[in-house]
Amino acid sequence: MKHHTSHFALLLALAVSLGVSLCSSQLDDYYLDIMLNVGINVILAVSLNLVNGHTGQFSLGHAAFMAVGAYGSSMVTLEMGASMMRVLGGAGPVAESVTFLVALLVGGVSAAVCGWIVGMPSLRLRGDYLAIVTLGFNEIIRVVLQNTNGDGPFGGALGLKGIPAYTSFFWVFATAAIAIYTIGALVNSTYGRGFLAVRDDEIAGESMGINTTRYKVLAFVIGSFFAGLAGGLYAHLRTTISPEGFNFLKSVDVVVMVILGGMGSTVGVIVAAVVLTVLNEFLRDFEQYRMIVFSLLLIVMMIVRPQGLLPAGLFQRRKRA
Amino acid sequence: MSATLQLEDVTIQFGGLRAVGDLSFGIQPGELVGLIGPNGAGKTTVFNLITGVYTPTAGQIFFNGIKIPGHQPHQITKLGIARTFQNIRLFPSLSVFDNVRTSMVMHQQHGITHALVRGPAYRDEEKLIEAEILDLLNIFDLRGMAHVPCKSLSYGDQRRLEIIRALATKPKLLLLDEPAAGMNPTEKEGLMHLIQFIRDKFDIAILLVEHDMKVVMGICQRIIVIEYGVKIAEGTPADIRTNPRVIAAYLGTDGGGEHA
Repeated sequence: MKHHTSHFALLLALAVSLGVSLCSSQLDDYYLDIMLNVGINVILAVSLNLVNGHTGQFSLGHAAFMAVGAYGSSMVTLEMGASMMRVLGGAGPVAESVTFLVALLVGGVSAAVCGWIVGMPSLRLRGDYLAIVTLGFNEIIRVVLQNTNGDGPFGGALGLKGIPAYTSFFWVFATAAIAIYTIGALVNSTYGRGFLAVRDDEIAGESMGINTTRYKVLAFVIGSFFAGLAGGLYAHLRTTISPEGFNFLKSVDVVVMVILGGMGSTVGVIVAAVVLTVLNEFLRDFEQYRMIVFSLLLIVMMIVRPQGLLPAGLFQRRKRA
Repeated sequence: MSATLQLEDVTIQFGGLRAVGDLSFGIQPGELVGLIGPNGAGKTTVFNLITGVYTPTAGQIFFNGIKIPGHQPHQITKLGIARTFQNIRLFPSLSVFDNVRTSMVMHQQHGITHALVRGPAYRDEEKLIEAEILDLLNIFDLRGMAHVPCKSLSYGDQRRLEIIRALATKPKLLLLDEPAAGMNPTEKEGLMHLIQFIRDKFDIAILLVEHDMKVVMGICQRIIVIEYGVKIAEGTPADIRTNPRVIAAYLGTDGGGEHA
């Protein structure tokens, strides 16, 4: 019963996002833009929550995976978009959608591969050390992109311009729904107990036959994949990207969402992503104070409610015993 | 050689410290063996050697004929060795049910793709796992507590849950690290029955590290005594009780505070 519900919810979410997307021209551009930002941040927060919340590995480099996805997908649409369209029978909604889907997947898979490469060696580290390594990876990606040739495929410090604006309401919220479903289904299955076991007690987990290294890498790869998709959506929404947009502060933004929402609580993290994105928009006039407000918010949270706004377990239905 | 577990001249050296030296013993299928020794004798180190946390510097460990060193701890659990910990190591944020469910992961036929697609095969397996866990909890009278956070169990029940979680991996050898620690006399009495019950019901060999002599002497068929990582005696409870080397190890040899 419960399993059918989750399938149904996923299909419903996909249908609704397609429906809204089709009449999105009726929506005010400004509010539509905020909604798309909300959706992208939900994807980022939910995917980071798998790593930081459910698996308990503190990653501070989520923006780097987003960057890989953004650049990867943009290169597909910019460099190969035209020829792909030609193969698909000329420009049109179908050819556009297929091109964009391929671009997004390329972005997501490249990010996932990066997640695997970074994850394999660094997941032997714990806590603060892993945070430092992922932070370093974030900076490496940014600095490398910044120092590429301005005429090359990465566009150097100025980044990439003229990316086609393919991102629509449907793409963002369909991806968000898939991310939520995938991570939810995974974590709630018996298979997914492995992630929680790694977070709670690695030594006990190993003793119960759980391959903790494999679970850590898997969490990293899946989290990076969705961060890459979010990056691709972001690039095709903004139509310009630059390395500065994926700096350490972007990673911190996502971490704040996860911590405020409640580590390991999907509902809490989604709420936090929505609230913080909207808040960000309304506090635009006070932009320079944003980081101060965020850090104060975090400190207050740590004192008053360290488990997050909506901690994990709050919404878990109690099964009949 | 049909021993379940066989240690052959196992030595482990941490820098200059020889924590375990030339230790040899075997455990037969279905046997209940006690491992005792004064504080710091290396009992937990022996457990960590058997479960793959440490690799011996010298010597060999066989489990049903398979060499243990070189395997990862989770691989050794899959071979059929389960353990509990001296200080309880449950998964604190999980319920009683989910603590046991964690041990089921390694028995699953269906992996990640099934968890995502959630097809009929996956659902059947999840149902089977659920039934199996509830059965197991039922045997140990914890079924009513299945969906309670494991932290809210009493101390004795947490100890029992740790044993249940280890049993859920379906081991052929169960290692219990001081299960009676912190228990009152009534709980200890219950534990002794429980251990014998597990041995008979699940037909497994048990290696028990315990400080409480009443528990060890009461249920073990054979006892191995180590001091400074070296075996000083092995035999039935009656032999061990009167063995002069054991008495010396526990009470000291030359004069002074001998209050037996």
